[in-house]
Amino acid sequence: MSAPQKAKAGPEEIPVIVSAVVPVTDHVTRFEFTRSDGADFPPFSGGAHTVVSMKDEGRTRLNPYSLMSDPADLSTYAISVRREDDGRGGSLFMHTKVSQGDAMTITYPVTLFSVDQRAKKHVFFAGGIGITPFLSMIGQLEHSNGNWELHYAARTPESAVYADMLLMKFPTKVSVYYSGKGDRIPFGTLLEGQPLGTHTYVCGPARFTEHLRDTATQKGWPASHIHSEEFTAPAPGEPFTVRLCKSDKTITVGEHESLLEAIEREKIDAPFMCRGGSCGQCETRVVSANGEFIHRDHWLDESDAESGTKIMPCVSRFIGSKLELDL
Amino acid sequence: MSKFEFPPSIKSRPVWGTFEERKGSAFLFIADAEGADAIIDIATPDLMAKAHIIFINRGTDYAEKLRALAPAQFYEGPSYDAALSRIKRVLSDAKMGIQVYLSGTESLMGQAANEATLAGVPLASIQTEHRGSTARRMQCVHCKGFTEDVETDPFQCSHCGLNLFVRDHYSRRLAAYQAVCIDAEDPGNVPPSKGIYE
Ligand code: FES
Repeated sequence: MSAPQKAKAGPEEIPVIVSAVVPVTDHVTRFEFTRSDGADFPPFSGGAHTVVSMKDEGRTRLNPYSLMSDPADLSTYAISVRREDDGRGGSLFMHTKVSQGDAMTITYPVTLFSVDQRAKKHVFFAGGIGITPFLSMIGQLEHSNGNWELHYAARTPESAVYADMLLMKFPTKVSVYYSGKGDRIPFGTLLEGQPLGTHTYVCGPARFTEHLRDTATQKGWPASHIHSEEFTAPAPGEPFTVRLCKSDKTITVGEHESLLEAIEREKIDAPFMCRGGSCGQCETRVVSANGEFIHRDHWLDESDAESGTKIMPCVSRFIGSKLELDL
Repeated sequence: MSKFEFPPSIKSRPVWGTFEERKGSAFLFIADAEGADAIIDIATPDLMAKAHIIFINRGTDYAEKLRALAPAQFYEGPSYDAALSRIKRVLSDAKMGIQVYLSGTESLMGQAANEATLAGVPLASIQTEHRGSTARRMQCVHCKGFTEDVETDPFQCSHCGLNLFVRDHYSRRLAAYQAVCIDAEDPGNVPPSKGIYE
């Protein structure tokens, strides 16, 4: 009898062809994909993301990007990638090594950020490249006649991706604020006077997100009506060694790779979905440890994080003499 | 007045809370009779400066004490029905960030909570605190009529006159407990009434 086939730990993959590479600003490029088999993509809700797998000189990079295309058009998926020159290399790879016609693989869409269908109105706050999930959410709401408004902060008009398109299509619903000109989004004023049943959503840099959350909470908005996209890109850190008990392997996590990436490099199938510390999928049991955890996820609650018995390998690290995981 | 501890019951029976301080941009208090005490216990000058109190006195004289808290707006009415149009209007003007505080009888809290959720106030923005009478608002399952302030079990339906048994089954939509005929099999065989919580 053959052993039951083990499902792959990450979300299912879809082979795609890069159908277009469109520079949007100096730093942002849009990539459009069609399926290699010519079929339609699976349906997704606005705000969902896909994980793009990049074969970069022997290593595989897996980066999550929000789908920005219209959920009603399943012939194409599109993402917009901001080039991070000091980043870990994924965005640079996309910008410098990917061209039209290339074959790649991406995952089935994963929904961790989406519009609440019960909301009477949706108020979106975007900071910089944080605009992307809202593009597909807006697409979705426009088809269902949803009531929404968008407040978008960017440094300069040149860096405000898709601002022109948004202002042209939805002049009464979209406001853009340029921090370079000293314009700030007046969170407090905008949250005041919103009708009952309004939900608010934020995506942008951590401080931007926190600012909106704090302001809304101060104004008496319940947590159930405040939504944020909380991706954390894995941060570099001191290399550390970890023993994977089930696989009977000891590996070293390099300065610029995440624990999850190091595990995958060793061809060990570890679960993941968001790769940004927010979905909970990669939660791993710590068998024993002597040292300090650097928890960077949004998943573990305080007591779990402090207990030292769990870690989220997609974003969290460790400093110490010994770490053993149940993998 | 000390608070009544409701005995443990079935799941559908509502659970009432204790007011706590919350952040908000507007504060609406709806209370009846001894429910005024719950407002008095949580009131601060800051809170009252932003508060709208709708008080149903049900024959009590708490109104003076509430007025003395100097709320931004104060309304006093004799009954829930008399206050209802006011409650509906305030809720229809409400915006996100409002905090709703309901205190007093189960009948008042249940009905006002319904109005608030109908208007779209998020559940997480509604607080309750039971004070005063433990009498129930009952719906007769036979004639669908409501009998207010039921304190004894069994009791007589104020609409159809059947002898009804007080159940713990509660309908949020109706803000009422269910009452079922107790002597359907053997008309006239009605046990003596006693207090609901006796
Ligand atoms: S993969 Fe989502 S939390 Fe780690």
